[in-house]
Parts: sequence; structure tokens; C-alpha cells
Amino acid sequence: MRRFITSVFVFGLIIINSAFGEIPSPEPPANLIAEDHPWDHGDKIDLSWDLSIDDSKLVESYRIYSSTSSEVPFTVVTNISSGENSFIVEKLKRNQEYFFQVTAVGLDGQESTPARTEIAVVPTRQWFDGNRFSLAIITLIFCGSVFYWINHARKGRPLKIRKIAGLEAVDEAVGRATEMGRSCLFIAGIQDMNEIQTIAGITVLSRVAKTAAEFDARVEVPTSRSLVMTAARETVQASYLAAGRPDAYNEDNIYYVTDEQFGYVAYVQGMMVREKPAACFYMGAFFAESLILAETGNSIGAIQVAGTAMPAQLPFFVAACDYTLIGEEFFAASAYLSGEPDQLGSLKGQDVGKVIVMAGIIIGVTMLTVGMIAGIDTPFGSWLNDAVRFLRSVILT
Amino acid sequence: MFEFFKNLDRRWIFLLMFISVSIPIYIVGKTGKTFPEVPTILSEETFRAIEELNEGDPVLLSFDFDPASEGELGPMATAFTYHCASKGLKLYFMALWPVGPQMIDDVIEKVIKPDFPHMEYGIDYVNIGFKPGNEGVIKVIVTDLRQLYTTDDKGTNIDKIPMMADIHSVQDFELVMNISAGYAGTKEWVQYAVTPYPDKIKLVAGCTGVQAPLLYPYIPDQLPGLLGAIKGAAEYEKLVVDKYAGETPDPKYLEGRRRMGPQLVAHLLIILLIILANVIYFGEKRREVR
Amino acid sequence: MKRTVPLIITALGGFVLIVAYFIPATQNWGEVAAIWFDILASIAFVLGGGNLIRIHLKKVSNKGAGWGYSLITIVAFLATLVVGLGKIGVHPSALYPNFPLSGEYRELGSPFWWLYEYAFKPLTATMFAMLAFYIASAAFRAFRAKNIEAILLLSTAFIILLGRTFAGVFLTSWMPDFLSGLRIENLTIYIMSVFNTAGNRAIMIGIALGIASTSLKVLLGVDRSYLGTGEK
Repeated sequence: MRRFITSVFVFGLIIINSAFGEIPSPEPPANLIAEDHPWDHGDKIDLSWDLSIDDSKLVESYRIYSSTSSEVPFTVVTNISSGENSFIVEKLKRNQEYFFQVTAVGLDGQESTPARTEIAVVPTRQWFDGNRFSLAIITLIFCGSVFYWINHARKGRPLKIRKIAGLEAVDEAVGRATEMGRSCLFIAGIQDMNEIQTIAGITVLSRVAKTAAEFDARVEVPTSRSLVMTAARETVQASYLAAGRPDAYNEDNIYYVTDEQFGYVAYVQGMMVREKPAACFYMGAFFAESLILAETGNSIGAIQVAGTAMPAQLPFFVAACDYTLIGEEFFAASAYLSGEPDQLGSLKGQDVGKVIVMAGIIIGVTMLTVGMIAGIDTPFGSWLNDAVRFLRSVILT
Repeated sequence: MFEFFKNLDRRWIFLLMFISVSIPIYIVGKTGKTFPEVPTILSEETFRAIEELNEGDPVLLSFDFDPASEGELGPMATAFTYHCASKGLKLYFMALWPVGPQMIDDVIEKVIKPDFPHMEYGIDYVNIGFKPGNEGVIKVIVTDLRQLYTTDDKGTNIDKIPMMADIHSVQDFELVMNISAGYAGTKEWVQYAVTPYPDKIKLVAGCTGVQAPLLYPYIPDQLPGLLGAIKGAAEYEKLVVDKYAGETPDPKYLEGRRRMGPQLVAHLLIILLIILANVIYFGEKRREVR
Repeated sequence: MKRTVPLIITALGGFVLIVAYFIPATQNWGEVAAIWFDILASIAFVLGGGNLIRIHLKKVSNKGAGWGYSLITIVAFLATLVVGLGKIGVHPSALYPNFPLSGEYRELGSPFWWLYEYAFKPLTATMFAMLAFYIASAAFRAFRAKNIEAILLLSTAFIILLGRTFAGVFLTSWMPDFLSGLRIENLTIYIMSVFNTAGNRAIMIGIALGIASTSLKVLLGVDRSYLGTGEK
């Protein structure tokens, strides 16, 4: 009803003024304040002002202008709707002086006189990014828990780890290859060394190579990246040395094929069909080639163990391989295989992270559900809704 | 018979799959008939995102796929380009995959040159090409395009291309369209472009079938529209063709729908194979009990 | 020494980049590091190419098993390299007509374009298309209604398989509007956006924590297996 009366009033005012040939400009906004935006890169300024006294009647929008000098003409930054009394100006030059003006724009486009900033304001860069404050806290808690549990394990306190069938099968697979007098094939994914899954894959390779050295089986590692070849050579050599068989190491078994995804797959597939390895390990980042490789391995009767953190490829590996390490199991492999307390401690730290995430999910879902049940119009429901919004847009951004 | 199916050689399955794909391809090719498509909400949202734009608005099309996935993604690349050109938008092509520029060339030759001859290179469309670095490229161009792109794909200085004058970063585009076959692709565009600048960058995407489930968590906030594989392309194609291509559309704009025929028969074959495998499984179990 | 220096570089580089992420002045260091990695990886191409030639030449000269394939590999590699780098058959660019190498390497009709169009393109498309055959054989072998979970999985697979084709619309279009949520194409969307998304999110959270924890192990030097031996 109030809105209707206001509209009628405004409309009437316009009609009357039009009839007399003049439409009044709205009163200008007042007390324009410009301040450097806190905790940023030095490219933003916060503006705030008191609304024009005509805000609810004659003001269509506020127009913001900026200039690098009070003498240089001002250029329009943007228009924002009436009722708004603050704005963050972005994409500014760091350490540059800026002046601002804000005008109220009437319903017919007429502008008020401007509210101005009298002194220049300079965007400056702070030493910490405020947008990432909550992420820093979460990182500290997570890293802290990993440190704590590594330290805890070092003191000799026992840590329990559940059995991972896929990793138990590594020795079995290499043993079978030895019995059959065939080789083992190891694929460390098709990504480079900057991919953490490739590093996790190379870690499993060290164990496979060590077992193969002990059993006197041959491990063949075709790689799709040059740097992975270099890293795999170092790792396999170390494993042969640790197994007391440095003489059995042959670097030609670890070689580069091609970076091209399907060229690599074609080579590996052909090699598998020709040489029929008895055990195939796929440990790393895979894409569409996962099923082609695993089905070919299946067709030649190889025992196959896969590990990847590519969720899209997991179903294919699960369908075609004997064992699959799913996501985090794959990352737990090095700790599991080494059995070193340091590494087991890091797994425990990871569990703390999981507890935090689960708590966050439960708290968020509960608050949102209760808020919906209570109704968004009630003070309690609205408070819960604001809390969830804060959680989403401030803490989790 | 039971023994034959129990120990079914996989080559029989391969043969069945070959037949079930090739026969529909032949029939669709011969008759030109396709199945009707009912667009789902994600295709409609993708269509709407482009429809909402005004003539002359700049849009970025990132072709992050290769010839291997062209069969699956080609039709949506064609449909995106046709839709944007029909709306009179300004098209900026780029690629995060090394062979992406070839995919861009294909679509320019197929759609823009024959059907939109009035569109001029450098004024209405431009191909700024491929840059190596995957998500690193997105991270840079999201705030400063010229830091990486100093020339277009042909080596012309970017400042001499008229339509580049007002484009300084990805934030200057009204919409980003990404066609993705994997890494780097839609996920990276969501994480490194839309997430840090949710109010300034709007993204719609088309992706391979295997990727689609991973992108659902980003819908609708970070990714309002998504075309999943050939099905998504066919639905979107229908919306575009119905509105812009008239009564007798060129067959090149029906590629997605034409491929739905082989897809239907292949899916039915897989369902039959699964049922057959289970019949064998339960038959075997019954024999064991006896 | 051979292990200590890389360990120190890893730890320093890693922790500096973590801290840099929170400081506006150093936030782009991560991108700079990524560019440096790209440069290193590009140089390593030479290493890979050299290794490829060496291994396959060895195979050819020993007449080892499948040496014919090795010969094809060497010829294809060298031919593509020469044609691509030498821009053979490419006309100079209109902007710089006096520079024979200024043309576009993939100029229409050039030998490199020919290799791309008639060798690379069909070969890679063929490899990708093979997935259809393997999916069929894997589905035939792996999907068994062994227990309740497997039955649920099977039913979901059928709904999605039908929902991604016209069959889904055809089978359930008779349903009245108030039951439209049960039409196969709508069920498909519901399964994908609710059940699938929930499962995927759980896996992704686990993976993210796994990545963070593994990265920390690498930075702290707790996991050193990827570095190889300390001896030469």
C-alpha cells in the first residue's frame, strides 16, 4: 500500500512538473567517504555515502565517477540502484591517487549536483590477503594435525591402519609374473611430474620394483612424459639397490613413448598384446585410456591393480581390474607400503581433516534444514540463514 | 548354446557393437531421419544463456578438445558457433589444447565462412589460438589477456585487431563457452575463472559423457548450463535449429541428432548384453545348486 | 648429497609457495613456478625424443621382437619432425613475404596438414572410438546382480542408458504430468544431479585431503621414494 501511495505521489509530481516544463533534480547524496579497501592487492577503494533525501521518491540510481586528479574530467565508473549507499571500485592502479564523485540520477535521467571526495585516496597493497584468511586458518589446522600425528608416531606410539586389498595384491601379482616367467607392466599415468598422482604412482613403483628385484622379475615402465621417465629410472634403480640387486637393473626397461595420449595407448596396447605381461599396474592420473588399457590387460589374462584419483575413470578400472585403489587409498599407498611411522602419522592427520569436513557438512546441513523448518521470516530462521550464508560466502570462499 | 554364451569370445561382442553402430549410421545417412529430441533443463539453460545476450556482445569460445573426441564434441562446437553467429555476437576463439586451433579452423570453415560470409575476421570473429600452460593460462588471462596473448593465431599483433580493443581480460566477455574433452577443460575454467570472479564471468560448457558426472557439483551456481556428450549436443542443436535454421536446415547442423540413432542402438545392445550376462550367471548358479 | 639438495629445494619451494598464496605481493609466484615447470618439461622433450630414437634404433639393429614397428616409429617420428619444424611446403606469410619460415605450419594442403588430416586425426579418433567396444565387453563381464547393491547399480545403469537416448522418452512419455518426475529422462537428471553428485563430492573431498597430505609428506621429506637413490 505504501509503495502504491509513493508511486502515485512520484507520478503525480512528474506530471505536475512536466506540465510546468521543469522536472526537479533529486537532492545530491552527502558525506561521500572513500577509503582504501582493507587486506587487498591495492586495486580497490571502498566508497560510502548518505542517501539523497529524495532516495525513495525521485532517485532512479546513483552514478559514480572517478578521476586521477581533481582537475582532470571525471569518468563514469558505474550506475548503482537507489537505496544502495556503498560500492567497491575495483581494477584501480596501485599507489595512484584517485578522486570520486557520486550523483543521484532522477527518474528522467537528470543528475543532482555531485557529492565529492575532497582529498585524494590511494589504493595500497596489504601484506595479507583478507579473502584467504579462513583458508589460512583451515590450512594451519590441517597442516598442524599432520605435523602433530607424524610427531606422535615418531614417539613410537602405535597407529592402526586398515588393510587395503589392492596393495596387499602387489606382491602377489609380481610373484605370479615371476612364476610365469613374464614381465610386469607399470604405467604411472599420462601426466607429468607436477601432478601429485604421478608422484604417488612412482612411490608405488618403488615397491613394485623392489619386489620384482627380489623375485628376479622384469618390470617394464613405458612413460608418456620425459621427466617421468627420468624420475622412474631413479626410483627403480634405488629399489634394485635396496633389494641388493643393483646388477639386475636395466634402464632400457624404463623408456619414453610419446606425450600424445592415444599414440601412447596404441603403443602400450600393442606391447601388451605382443608381450603378454603377467601383471599390470596402473597407478597415476588417467583419462579415456583407462578402459582401453585395463580391458586389453584383462584380455591377455594379466592380474591387474589400478590406483587413481580421477573419479571419472574409477568405474572403468573397477570393472576391468582385479583390485582398484580408489582416490585417497591411492594416496595412502606409500604410507601403507612403507609402514614407516612418519608416513602413517600423516594418514592420521588426514583423518583429522576429514573430521573437520564432516563436522562442517553436518553443521551446515543442520542449520539450513532447521532454518527452513523454522521459516525464513522468523528471527531464528533468518539468523540461521544468515549464518549459513556467512559460512558459504566468507568462511568457505 | 549355454556354454557358447558362458565363454563368449569378446570378439563377438565387438562385432555386435560394430553392427549396431554401423547400420543406424547407414540408415540415418540414407534417409536423413532422426529421432525427435526433448530438450532437458541443462540444454535449455545453455541456450538461454546465449539467447539473453545482445547483438555485438563479446563471447569467448575455448575449444579444449582434439580430433579424438571430435566425434563427440564436434556437433556442439558447430551448434555453439552457429548460435552465436546467428545472434550477431562477436566471437573470440581460443584453445588450451595444442590441436584446439585445428578444431577452431574446422568450425570457421564449416559454419562462419559458408553461412555467414558477411562476418569479417578481426571485426566479427577472431582466433587468438593456443597457449601452453593449461590452467596457468586461465589464471593469467582472467585478469590480463595480453600478458599471454600478444598476437592472434596467425601472428597478427593483437593491438592491430579492431575487435580486441575493448578486451583486456576474460572478465570483459559477456559469456565464456567451453568445449572440453578433459584436462585442461571445464573444471579448470570453473575453478580458476568463475570461482574467483563469480559476478563477472559466466560460463556454459559442453563436455564428453565421461566428464559430465564430475561437473554436476558446479551446477547451477558456477556452471548454469552444461551439454553432456552427444545427447546434450542433440538437445541444444534442436533448440538452435528450431529457432534459427528454418524449415530445411543444413544436415551439418543436425550432426548431434543424427548420432543419437547409433547411440540408441548401442545402448540397447549394452543393456541386452548385461541381461544376457546375468541370465548366464543365474543359470550357472542354479546348475551349481543342482 | 644427491638427495639432500633436491629435498631442500622441494621443501623450500613448496612452503614458500604455500605462504606466497596468502600474500598479495607474491600471489603470482605459483604461476611463475608453473611457467618454469613448463619450460623444463619442454626442454625434457629433447631427452624423451633422444630416448625414443635410441631405444627403437637398438631394437631395429638387434632385430628384436617387433623391430618392424620400431622402424615405422622412427620413420614416422623423423618425417613429422622434419616436415613440421622445416615448415615444408608452407608459403610465407603475407605479412612477411621475404621470410620463407613465416608461414603457418598447418597451412591447408601442406605436408604437415596432410599428416594431421589423414594420419593423426583418423588414428586418434579410432583409438578413442575403441572405447565403445571395450565398454560393451566390460559391461558384459562385470555387471552381475550378485547382491542388493549390485542390483541397485544395475537398475541405475539401465535408467541412465535409456535416459540418454530417445528410448527413455519413448517408454515413459505416456506418464501424466503429475508423474513427470518419474519419466526416464527426468529420472536420469535426478540421479545424476543428486545421487551421483553426492557420491562424487565425497570422493573428491577424500581425494583433496589425500592430495594435501601427500603433498605435505613430499615437502617434509617424509616420503622420498620418488627421488631415487642417494648414490650414483
